Amino acid sequence: MNDLSVSVSTEAVSARGLPMPEVPPKVTARNLNFYYGENHALKNINITLGTHRVTAFIGPSGCGKSTLLRIFNRMYDLYPGQRATGQLMLDQTNILDPKLDLNLLRARVGMVFQKPTPFPMTIYENIAFGIRLYEKIAKSEMDGRVEKALRGGALWNEVKDKLNASGLSLSGGQQQRLCIARTVAVRPEVILFDEPCSALDPISTAKVEELIQELSEQYTIAIVTHNMQQAARVSDKTAFMYLGELIEFDETSRIFTSPSDRRTQDYITGRFG
Amino acid sequence: MASEHTVKAFDSDLQELTRLVAEMGGLAERMITDSVDALVRRDVVLGQRVVVTDLELDHLQRVIEERAVLTIAKRQPMAVDLRVIVGAMRVATDLERIGDLAKNIGKRVAALESDFHPLKLIRGLEHMTDLVQTQVKSVLDAYAAHDLPAAMAVWKGDEEIDAICTSLFRELLTYMMEDPRNISFCIHLMFCAKNIERIGDHATNIAETVFYMIEGQQMVDKRPKGDMTTFATAIPGN
Repeated sequence: MNDLSVSVSTEAVSARGLPMPEVPPKVTARNLNFYYGENHALKNINITLGTHRVTAFIGPSGCGKSTLLRIFNRMYDLYPGQRATGQLMLDQTNILDPKLDLNLLRARVGMVFQKPTPFPMTIYENIAFGIRLYEKIAKSEMDGRVEKALRGGALWNEVKDKLNASGLSLSGGQQQRLCIARTVAVRPEVILFDEPCSALDPISTAKVEELIQELSEQYTIAIVTHNMQQAARVSDKTAFMYLGELIEFDETSRIFTSPSDRRTQDYITGRFG
Repeated sequence: MASEHTVKAFDSDLQELTRLVAEMGGLAERMITDSVDALVRRDVVLGQRVVVTDLELDHLQRVIEERAVLTIAKRQPMAVDLRVIVGAMRVATDLERIGDLAKNIGKRVAALESDFHPLKLIRGLEHMTDLVQTQVKSVLDAYAAHDLPAAMAVWKGDEEIDAICTSLFRELLTYMMEDPRNISFCIHLMFCAKNIERIGDHATNIAETVFYMIEGQQMVDKRPKGDMTTFATAIPGN
């Protein structure tokens, strides 16, 4: 009667219910710290983003999740007084290396922001502009690349007849997908999404989520979101951050059904934050 | 669940679900007692009352299911909240089945009006019912108190009930072979015993649900089983 030990099933499955084999790491952070001047914003972060996996970052406002994302492509370099210490590797490249070519890094690690940010130019040019920064290619080849990118952004069918219309004439959801297409166009390895759906209506959100799933077949994806159901739907692994610390990092299916840390549980069930 | 939700109404949604399950549990326990009392005393009226009470139990189960679905739709519960809601639905389903089995015993009371009424068999059935009652009560307490050790004790305590069921089964077979006039009574009693045994199984299902609610994982262990009626035979002349 006193023997209460019973076995339970522990096989790792993705949010999509599929078995998840271990994958090689794409981005690895070791003892990563970040400072806004005196403010210690990230404390000893250790995390690995698996290749072609979707990793979601959740946590209350100010917990450091967007900050972490901005380190992955050195976005913080644009501001003085901000610095990162520790180790952050993209495959064999040290992302924190001061001599690193930031343009090349940002081509490898693309980013999509909360608000759609199309350039004030045609839909075609929105895509071609980025490609020209890195490559010199002929017009015919460029047409092919633009089409491929727009298809990759699940936007081609909606804009193929008006490629010369302004990017700003599109709806919010279409603009966001244009930005995703623009990111995909330069053939990155990692795509960072910083709350990509928070300014979109439910239908556009669904389209972007669907797109993220498709993109994960070719790219390693990190997404910051305030929408917990969204993290549960799109990601394979989820990281919960709080006050600059990584509290829990586990399979998404575990985080949202039975997280092991009390703070994670309280946050995802709406008990604080 | 020590702390409260930011949305207070969510807490009351969950409390209401747990309260409804407790209400169902009380009703189901009473149905078990009444049905076996009716059987022992051959009280047809009490038996009928159990049949009527089952409608109330079914209604409660539907209410719980509707509330649970509504809560899921409104609050998009996660982790422990989600498990509490799924747990309430599962327990309600088990309690509804327990009610059906008690109702079935209640219905059979009318058919048991014969002179043949061996006290030993009835006592055996009563004993088995006492054990099952204790199991059902303990597991519902464990559910309400989120008490994992208590739930696991229920889960592992079903064996004895199975064993009594098997021995009753053998005895009934002997009575039937002795005199074919006993067959009708014995068959009915056998169904009643099997119903009680099945109620015990539902108690262990509820114990598994309690485990899931607390641990967040499904139990995969095989439960110890003592029901051998599938293999029991009686050979004439032995």
